[in-house]
Amino acid sequence: MTLKIEEIKSLIKESIPDAEIIIKDLAGDENHYSATIKSKVFTGKSKIEQHKLIYKALKGKMGNELHALALNTMEN
Amino acid sequence: MNEEANIKIKNLIDKNEVCLFMKGTPEVPQCGFSMAVANVLKHLSVNFKGINVLDDMNLRDEIKRFSDWPTIPQLYIKGEFIGGCDIVKEMFEKGELQKILNVK
Repeated sequence: MTLKIEEIKSLIKESIPDAEIIIKDLAGDENHYSATIKSKVFTGKSKIEQHKLIYKALKGKMGNELHALALNTMEN
Repeated sequence: MNEEANIKIKNLIDKNEVCLFMKGTPEVPQCGFSMAVANVLKHLSVNFKGINVLDDMNLRDEIKRFSDWPTIPQLYIKGEFIGGCDIVKEMFEKGELQKILNVK
């Protein structure tokens, strides 16, 4: 099972509407992605908390349908 | 919760200052992300305990619950969850990891 770039984006947008998201398919296999995500919600949060917000937005798909998503979160 | 695995995890992070839950071993990592973190620690000449979660499905599931973190690898230093591959690499690049580990 795989997840498409647009699906990942819309899941994140659902939880974090102001997110500016850039996703790259690293291997061209719809399974290894990197994402750069900018949002105000990250302000004042640790990196762990920031990444957890993204994992929460992905509703348990991370580590299952979605094998690899390298994350780079930034405060906006 | 799997109590046996939960106790095992607590013991591991209690007894080992630097603990890496990973796929494969530090010598033979089975995943690029686990390898990346192991390599950062090796590069810093840090003694660490590598725990191969592929050897124990209960442990693999429990560590995700324990840390509330869905992916492997997971790095613990002095009993504290530091993060996965992205965070460890970022902290290394910024010199923050070296500070926590008291190395240069």
